[in-house]
Amino acid sequence: MTQSEPLLEVDDLAVEFRTDEGVVKAVDGASFTVDRGEIVGVVGESGSGKSVTAMSILGLVKSGRRAGGTIRFRGRDLGALPAKELRSIRGGEIAMIFQDPMTALNPVVTIGRQIVEALRLHDKKLAKGAARDRAIELLALVGMPDAAARFRQYPHEFSGGMRQRAMIAMAIANGPSLLIADEPTTALDVTIQAQVLDLLKVAQQETQAATLLITHDLGVVAELADRVVVMYAGRVVEQGDVITVFTEPRHPYTVGLLESLPRLDRDVDELHPIPGSPPSLLAPPPGCPFHPRCPLARDRCRTERPPLRAVGAAHHSACHFAEELAAVVPTEVTR
Amino acid sequence: MSDLRPSLDTPDVAAAEVAVAVDAAGGGPRSGRRSPRAMAARRFRRNRVAVGGAIFLVLILVVAVFAPLIANHSPYAVDLGAIRQPPSGDHWLGTDASGRDVFARLVYAARVSLLVGVAAALLAVVVGTLVGAVAGLFGGWIDTLLMRTADMMLSFPNIVVVIVLAGLLGPSIPILVIAIAAAEWPTAARLVRGVTLAVREREYLHAARVAGASRGWLLRKHIVPAAMGQIVVVGTISVAGAILSEAVLSFLGLGVQPPQASWGNMLNDAQSLTVIQSMPWLWLPPGLAIAATVLSVNFVGDGLRDAVDPRQSGRS
Repeated sequence: MTQSEPLLEVDDLAVEFRTDEGVVKAVDGASFTVDRGEIVGVVGESGSGKSVTAMSILGLVKSGRRAGGTIRFRGRDLGALPAKELRSIRGGEIAMIFQDPMTALNPVVTIGRQIVEALRLHDKKLAKGAARDRAIELLALVGMPDAAARFRQYPHEFSGGMRQRAMIAMAIANGPSLLIADEPTTALDVTIQAQVLDLLKVAQQETQAATLLITHDLGVVAELADRVVVMYAGRVVEQGDVITVFTEPRHPYTVGLLESLPRLDRDVDELHPIPGSPPSLLAPPPGCPFHPRCPLARDRCRTERPPLRAVGAAHHSACHFAEELAAVVPTEVTR
Repeated sequence: MSDLRPSLDTPDVAAAEVAVAVDAAGGGPRSGRRSPRAMAARRFRRNRVAVGGAIFLVLILVVAVFAPLIANHSPYAVDLGAIRQPPSGDHWLGTDASGRDVFARLVYAARVSLLVGVAAALLAVVVGTLVGAVAGLFGGWIDTLLMRTADMMLSFPNIVVVIVLAGLLGPSIPILVIAIAAAEWPTAARLVRGVTLAVREREYLHAARVAGASRGWLLRKHIVPAAMGQIVVVGTISVAGAILSEAVLSFLGLGVQPPQASWGNMLNDAQSLTVIQSMPWLWLPPGLAIAATVLSVNFVGDGLRDAVDPRQSGRS
């Protein structure tokens, strides 16, 4: 395997859901890559297709249909793999951390047993004792005090933060090379969020796993990610290095997101929300999906769908007028 | 960035969190180790009627197992010189129409009746659990096919199903067990399917799938354990139904065949009005044995249901 080949390559992914009102294009031609060991943040509003994209990587879109595109993991097309191989990748090479650790753990099974099961699911020959030792080791690794005692406890005896730690322990149990974290801090108290973010860093360093961090929280992305992918209406509208995207955004939607952010380090009189609301994915607007809300929108935006194109070194934007933003956006939008 | 946030990942904060969690669990240091099963067992033990039923069943079981030690006659020894004798010092419960000792037959019949009851209920519950879980988990046409079959079985009167099966396949104990199980499995299947449908949508099942679990794994590790409490309850109540079915079928001559004794075919010996009026030792003991056993099983079943799911108390 060459160095240059990305770990994960999502190419022109499209996912549809059939509803009574028609076909919803939840993901509509999303493309991005994740290199080994890097943390990529995927940001966007609710319904922008972030989570569906993540579930597509695992081949587990509920009631949805892959309408096109390919997902390559280590050069293998995940869509073409037999079910059995896909299962061994799930939880093995690709693991996931869920948004809500309250519901993602089985309430009537001890935490320890759940981790042991996760281990034994992928290593059938692993002896019970060895799995137990490894599970306690993992709990200790994610900062669980008194891991051996915690091993025997049930999820309801854990606080939210501790549960998320247990989830992370379970996710890294089989040494994944890609971790997908779907809103890993959203269900937690703000103080616990910081701990979990630190822990994600630890887990990432421990396993050297690339991380796909799905969130609507730009602060989390700024804190953790190396690169960022901005999604809107099922498409990637901008992607690039975190610092570059946050300081020199080249898509009006990214600019809007950054401007709508409350900030502690500067005196801001009012927040600037993005006007309007995300388009209905039942009938997305023609051309650029952002044009009805875009201050720069012109006739061309209403008819021609802008492709994702390079606007700088490893910086891509899907805006016809990305270059104009260089003049419009002052570089004051710093972290 | 990380320096903007207070570093909370320190041991003392984590320790405080443990303390809070332990407090929330409510109680001493052992409260952390109380499994759902242990809690159910505790609730069961508080239920006096259920415990009484359980004790009676254990007693019957002991009698059945040690039948040769308890009976002072062979259950098969025919004595045509002493037929339909009333209870006496030698024949504690008298003798039947062939001069066999009723007490010995009663004690040996416990073996057959319990065996048939438990085996049929077990078979019904295993089949029902499998069918219900597969139907619930797979959905679609598999679900439709399996559950419509179950509905069909449920819409026949149980006893007719069993009579037809026993009649078609000929009376023998294995056929009896299969016939009774065939009538009982849909109840378990419906129940397990319901639990499966509820559990299927839970996030932890989705999480297990994401962790690479196959459907078989989900069934074994999540769905069947989640339904286990209710399966045990249905299984127990099925035992009562199966014992009754065995009695009815054997009474009708379609079940356990003489000379082997079962409570049902002992009643069969007591069909005439004369016997009923003047020889109560022939029908009262097996009748009481059936009634008491079935009642005890039902008490235990109710107790288990209340123990497994405290919110759902009361009769079924």
